Amino acid sequence: MATAPTPRVRVPAQAKPGELIEIKTLISHEMESGQRKDAAGKIVPRKIINTFVAEFNGKMVFEAEWNPAISANPYQSFFYKAAETGEFTFTWKDDDGSNYTAKNKLTVA
Amino acid sequence: MSWTTVATTRRETLTLAGIAGLAALLAPRMSFADEATVAAEIKKLYGDKKFDSGKVKLDVPEIAENGLVVPVNVEVESPMTETDYVKAVHVFADGNPLPGIVSYKFTPACGKAAASTRMRLAQTQNIICIAEMSNGSLYMTKSNVKVTIGGCGG
Repeated sequence: MATAPTPRVRVPAQAKPGELIEIKTLISHEMESGQRKDAAGKIVPRKIINTFVAEFNGKMVFEAEWNPAISANPYQSFFYKAAETGEFTFTWKDDDGSNYTAKNKLTVA
Repeated sequence: MSWTTVATTRRETLTLAGIAGLAALLAPRMSFADEATVAAEIKKLYGDKKFDSGKVKLDVPEIAENGLVVPVNVEVESPMTETDYVKAVHVFADGNPLPGIVSYKFTPACGKAAASTRMRLAQTQNIICIAEMSNGSLYMTKSNVKVTIGGCGG
């Protein structure tokens, strides 16, 4: 891919204690399935983001294991019950071993 | 409505049916997963355990015009406390080249066992969703999606 994958995350900046918040994430990635053939009839090798992990203050909250059946520019949303002020760390793990991360702060008051 | 229009529609319908039949004949060039492959995948995860119905809500469109981007939303009924929560959710498709779509791991910190993403579907097929609770009980649900244009890069 020409450009590096760019993660985009939407997290509310503030939440009340016990409030259920929805976190929406998107990352630009072509998610090459390994099923496609190029013009010469050769199979294009698989290159997808296989795992997405969301952590809050270093503690795992949510994990998604993606298969090649996930669309290009994968979108993922999930919920989090706000308890304390802290920081989210989102990590996308690529087949080629590289990790893409994003961090978002959440203030609970 | 006159007879002619009816005839035209019928002819068009037959032509379409013919094209669909031809496509069906050509399709087997690619190998696809089927119900048996999905069953084998599930067996790998959970052995011969029994599945209950209910609790799992799988939200997929009835008809997907574009198989490349099909929204899939899963929600599992659970209080999500430290002692009673949804541990994992697996989504499978029985008509894609590979049976697996996505596997989620939830924690009590999620507050709600729900997640959505977007998937690729090669053809009209069933989506199977399994939820594993913290006490080991399993729930399953199934939904059919009709795909107008397959998302298989072909």
